[in-house]
Amino acid sequence: MRPGLKVLADDLVERIVGEGFQLLMDPGVRVHNDDALRLLADAGVTIDRANRIARIPEKIVRQALETAPHEFHLHTFDGRPVVHYGGDSVQFDPGSAAITILDSDTQRQRPAVTADFVNLVKLVETLPQIDAQSTAVICGDVPPDIGDLYRLYLALNYIRKPIVTGAFRKDTWWTMREMLLAAVGGQQALSARPVAVFDCCPSPPLLWSDLTCQNMIDCARHDIPVQLVSMPLAGATSPVTLAAVVVQHAAESLSGVTIHQLAKAGAPIVWGGSPAAFDMREGTTPMGDVGTWLIDCGYCQVGKALGLPTNTYLGMSDAKIVDAQCGLELAGGTILAALAGVNMVSGAGMMDFESCQSLEKLVIDAEAIGMAKRLILGIEAREEPIALTLVRKLGHRADYLAETHTLKWFSKELYLPSAVIDRGSLDAWEKKGAKSAFDRARDRVQQLIASYKPVAVSAEVRRELRGIATAAARKFGMNELPPLPDQAVGM
Amino acid sequence: MSKDLLEKITTSIVDGEPDLTVEMTGQALAAGVEPMTILDEGLLPGMQIVGQKFSDGEYFLPNLIVAAMGMKRAMARLEPELRSRHQAVRAAGTVVIGTVQGDIHEIGKTLVATMLSANGFEVHDLGVDVPAERFVATVQQTGATLVGLSALLTTTMTVQRSIIEALRAAGLRDRVKVMVGGAPVSRQWADEIGADGYAEDAVGAVHLATRLIRRAALPPV
Repeated sequence: MRPGLKVLADDLVERIVGEGFQLLMDPGVRVHNDDALRLLADAGVTIDRANRIARIPEKIVRQALETAPHEFHLHTFDGRPVVHYGGDSVQFDPGSAAITILDSDTQRQRPAVTADFVNLVKLVETLPQIDAQSTAVICGDVPPDIGDLYRLYLALNYIRKPIVTGAFRKDTWWTMREMLLAAVGGQQALSARPVAVFDCCPSPPLLWSDLTCQNMIDCARHDIPVQLVSMPLAGATSPVTLAAVVVQHAAESLSGVTIHQLAKAGAPIVWGGSPAAFDMREGTTPMGDVGTWLIDCGYCQVGKALGLPTNTYLGMSDAKIVDAQCGLELAGGTILAALAGVNMVSGAGMMDFESCQSLEKLVIDAEAIGMAKRLILGIEAREEPIALTLVRKLGHRADYLAETHTLKWFSKELYLPSAVIDRGSLDAWEKKGAKSAFDRARDRVQQLIASYKPVAVSAEVRRELRGIATAAARKFGMNELPPLPDQAVGM
Repeated sequence: MSKDLLEKITTSIVDGEPDLTVEMTGQALAAGVEPMTILDEGLLPGMQIVGQKFSDGEYFLPNLIVAAMGMKRAMARLEPELRSRHQAVRAAGTVVIGTVQGDIHEIGKTLVATMLSANGFEVHDLGVDVPAERFVATVQQTGATLVGLSALLTTTMTVQRSIIEALRAAGLRDRVKVMVGGAPVSRQWADEIGADGYAEDAVGAVHLATRLIRRAALPPV
């Protein structure tokens, strides 16, 4: 039996979806994108042109839910399907679009630069618990206007794992697509074996901006899966009751699915999000709040009921250093996400709400993820009988360590953590330098990055990627991109 | 008797009962209490207590907002009375506030505007994504002595610096005090860009605004 978690009664799910449909008629959804308005109008949706509001009837939304695929796969850059978006498959990727790095020596934040992102990407490649990359930090050493595509450019030089990403502009989306095509060898390959997902975020409450809507439509038309990221804030940009937040999330996401499927029926899409409670003292958006976790699990349950792949932002911490609060929050979120069966859990490495990435937190997250993945495998009988034969064989002797049964099963039954988790005796711990989890994590970061092996990207593809990215950079005032850190072969 | 009424007005603000605040304000006026007294000895003390409770962690943002709502409705009741007596409706100062160009975050900025208004300031809230020229023009039009700039992104906080420069270029820098705020903003940043002050939250913003106005020694509008 697989342990699971439901947070909403089935009839509450129905009521939530019902109200979601109703919100799409009244007040309707604001759509600041002409292409989307045209698609909606052509489908028979009433558009208030002056206010750019679409009132989308339930039957048109249901039609979109019919055509949206229940599942799809993401592939490695050498063509293997490794991530399954669908059902209760659970996978993890780092939180995306942070702007600072937690410095390993000072444990203080500083703006992220090229070398930081490359280290992060290499680390993620080596961490077995993490299933996909993300464009986890925005690099401060390039113009902000190419911030989105530059991360992808860097990643494509170093990775095989699939990647969750997103654009910050309409035009740079095309550059990012061009690079993906160069990396996989053309549109046919990209369509047949998707390697990347683009996050597309509506603005709460009930607004699709021109940029995010256009990204969503362009992805649909070019067979790049979309991950909807609706993010209501309880009590600030949505009502405060958790059920109402899930209603608003549903309305925004349903409108996204509708527009997306009108752009191309059958294109892959994910019911994702990053909602949060709103801290009523600090005016911040705590990702470590249990209310946030409930909202996330709730809306994912709704997404599953609608037959869609799911994503959420969990496993982050609001802490500024990798301390007990950090550990507490990352563990709670990670475990719940796994129990809730979320297909892609975004958040590893991320702290200070969603603004900072920490390599040390990432390796600690990897442990939590390993535990969570083991948790949802549950307890199986393994053998028939479960224990009778073996226990009768040993009788009253405590000799199980020597048994072949133990040798056979121990590594399958038990999650075996890395040295980041200390389980030695007090004496052993002291002899090793009495290190904190952060210090042990830092050691592991260095070991893992040193173990990274360059990936088989041809010199020709690397040149092409650099050419595309450089051309874009020149439009925004940067003549030459920063050099790739020296471990990239052929540069 | 009027002391009793004034206490009830203060309590209604602290308890977050806007209907009661308006009713008591009406009763006080009918009993012949001066509007300025109602403001200074009934309403504003209530807001100060609310601000203190917020700082102490006893009250939260929704409490601030409901208190400010009580203030707003009571002020609407008092304004005609003050005007007919040729008294200043908003004696604390005039503020122009907005979220800088390129940034659409508004929750914090609106909260500060609400709290300033509730504490007796005349507030011109320009909204979000506000170009420098609009800040400058509004300062010129209103004679404001205080400007509040909000930015929530590291990429937009730099605009705060350019607005200060725009005020200088328009010959207005000496006439206003500039306060900055927003998640990435810090005291250090405020000093670096030549702002007059930084506040971490809405209650702090009111204290800061009051101090800055006093320091400026300009007559309140």
